[in-house]
Amino acid sequence: MRTILQGSLLPPPPIKLSHSSLLFSPSHSHYSNLKFTTKSSPSPPTITMASIKVHGVPMSTATMRVLAALYEKDLDFELIPVDMRAGAHKQEPFVSLNPFGQIPALQDGDLTLFESRAITEYIADEYSEKGEKLMCPGCNKVKAITKVWLNVEGQQFDPIASKIAFERIFKGMFGMTTDPAAVQELEGKLVRVLDIYEARLSKSEFLACDCFTLADLHHLPVIHYLMGTDSKTLFESRPKVAEWVKKITARPAWAKVVDLQKQ
Amino acid sequence: MAGIKVFGHAASISTRRVLLTLHEKNLDFELVHVDLKDGEHKKEPFLSRHPFGKVPAFEDGDLKLFESRAITQYIAHRYEGQGTNLLQPDSKNLAHYAIMAIGMQVEAHQFDPVASKLAWEHVFKLIYGLTTDQAVVAEEEAKLAKVLDVYEARLKEFKYLAGNTFTLTDLHHVPAIQYLLETPTKKLFTERPRVNEWVAEITKRPASKKILQ
Repeated sequence: MRTILQGSLLPPPPIKLSHSSLLFSPSHSHYSNLKFTTKSSPSPPTITMASIKVHGVPMSTATMRVLAALYEKDLDFELIPVDMRAGAHKQEPFVSLNPFGQIPALQDGDLTLFESRAITEYIADEYSEKGEKLMCPGCNKVKAITKVWLNVEGQQFDPIASKIAFERIFKGMFGMTTDPAAVQELEGKLVRVLDIYEARLSKSEFLACDCFTLADLHHLPVIHYLMGTDSKTLFESRPKVAEWVKKITARPAWAKVVDLQKQ
Repeated sequence: MAGIKVFGHAASISTRRVLLTLHEKNLDFELVHVDLKDGEHKKEPFLSRHPFGKVPAFEDGDLKLFESRAITQYIAHRYEGQGTNLLQPDSKNLAHYAIMAIGMQVEAHQFDPVASKLAWEHVFKLIYGLTTDQAVVAEEEAKLAKVLDVYEARLKEFKYLAGNTFTLTDLHHVPAIQYLLETPTKKLFTERPRVNEWVAEITKRPASKKILQ
């Protein structure tokens, strides 16, 4: 779920901003800069310019995916909220960060990225020496196995699971009703995927190898939402999957991401 | 020789993505035909190669992989010195790699779901004696148009999607585009000048022609 709002919005009023101010405009009225550090601090957040900026919202699964990677790596960053209700993600200045008009986007110095799974991969590579290792140690062959399971999450798990989350959770937030027939059909597909995960996790401690990697991390936001619904039984009824869900959701970095939603 | 084997179907978009990469790299390989009409991909022994029951699956010596985009990335890295370079020219530059990675995610999440539905409606349904659903075609073409508008803007700045050289990002699009060029959806590509040029470039490559045989 990259965009939270479905249904029609009134077209936004045009916003004229000069191009050079697009990326560095802390005073823009739609944006407030909050600095989140991983060190606990008794004083309120200060407005400073960290080199990593994430444009998104804590409720968005794709934003959470990126935040999880940043916390795993102990990296300082600023979370710059995007006013989804006002359609800010579909207008300038945001679309200069992501022309597809979806959150999140990330800036690291003068590098701008979008697509959460490209961002997490960049974070894992660029900051490979910091914090948790998010890729399997090893040569091309081991990296290739990680890529397999990264693609499995993106191509087999997420298309189904994020639709279930949409039906059970996000629709309700926007005054729409869950379609039980759709949920049933989707869950029928999800169980086939989870059966494969059960078999895989009987042979490997985590999906790609015996270490926690991005292949596991990428699942966290949607699993987090589904575990708060009746769909949780699909995960809980498969012992290896249940154990894996428990392990990955218990990670301190993930707890920090969940905490952001409460603020 | 033990070497490289692809388990798939010569007409399948995902299989072609892998074959294309092997041809670009001038690598020898064996294509082991999987009989889709017979449901071979949903049974053993194929399921041991791809637990999700989809083509292609892949083997290089004792390494077994599935998911076409994981396979193409493995080939591009493992055989980096050989044939066409499918990574960024400065392959160690992580920022440039990330730009290529964005394009690969866009192809997988924004382009392919739509392009595959259109290929299914216009091409593959007919093979199975089913009829094209024009309402679905209209809906998917509207989505594709939005994606191609973003591509048009991108390709005004750069010759290819990830920069000025042909990379995996462009390659991943080729098989679906080849099918769509044979259908009414072709117009969405030809009516956008830079996209049209890019399509011509990537489909005229010798490797791209080889997968059509």
